[in-house]
Amino acid sequence: MWIYEKRLQYPVRVDTTNPTLAAMIIEQFGGADGELSAGIRYLTQRWTMPTNQAKALLTDIGTEELAHWEIIGTLVWKLVKDATIDQIKGTPFEAHFVNHGKSPFPHNAAGDAWSAKFINSKGDPIADLHEDMAAEQKARATYEWLIKISDDPGVTDTLRFLREREIVHFQRFGEALMIVQEELNRKKYY
Amino acid sequence: MDREQMALLKEIMEVGFLLVETNLYLDTHPEDEKALRLHNTYSQRYDELTSLYEARYGLLTFTGKSGCPWSYINGPWPWEVNFDI
Repeated sequence: MWIYEKRLQYPVRVDTTNPTLAAMIIEQFGGADGELSAGIRYLTQRWTMPTNQAKALLTDIGTEELAHWEIIGTLVWKLVKDATIDQIKGTPFEAHFVNHGKSPFPHNAAGDAWSAKFINSKGDPIADLHEDMAAEQKARATYEWLIKISDDPGVTDTLRFLREREIVHFQRFGEALMIVQEELNRKKYY
Repeated sequence: MDREQMALLKEIMEVGFLLVETNLYLDTHPEDEKALRLHNTYSQRYDELTSLYEARYGLLTFTGKSGCPWSYINGPWPWEVNFDI
């Protein structure tokens, strides 16, 4: 069961209309290492986790990722909502615009639609938690590339917050992996 | 949204974020009493702040009590909030 809280997790400030930056940030809305992939990945992996710590962590980080997906959608929206047609024409956002108008849509910066092929759930907690730790590092790297190309102080501030969250999640997944390994070793009798 | 509502919303966001952090930490450190005290203190603060906000400006979650008309639909919605005020 989920319940919606009618607020963002972190403030989203955009200083200047910028359809090109929106088209790049959409990587984290529908790209392989984006927030949607993260949320669906973690929430899907919960059923086969062997310890309560790991079940709780996947539930709570998966839920936080959906809040981050909302933040990214809001960044994209605020970057394009006031854009004129002339400000959109000739930018990388033009191809998005002819299909989706100004609505965010889960595809990556190159326009490839989001797919469950980006994620996995192996039914093996060791494999899954390693995938999750790698996913957090890949998302951190993506945020660093985005921060490098952002020339909007408001956008950069929000991207920095999201980058920090990847590091915290990586840390927590590492702790869950150690707890799960301990549990699996405890169950072996020779 | 006026300054007073924004100030209350920002305080809810700050305390809410603290609770996200204690939540994730406690998931892998469930016996850390210091973290539990921090979580419980701010859990109470969060309830107080959201009750005040919801009474003044409308529901943040559908499970709350509303006067007529149904205040849950009140704007601005999260993606419409101007945080620069």
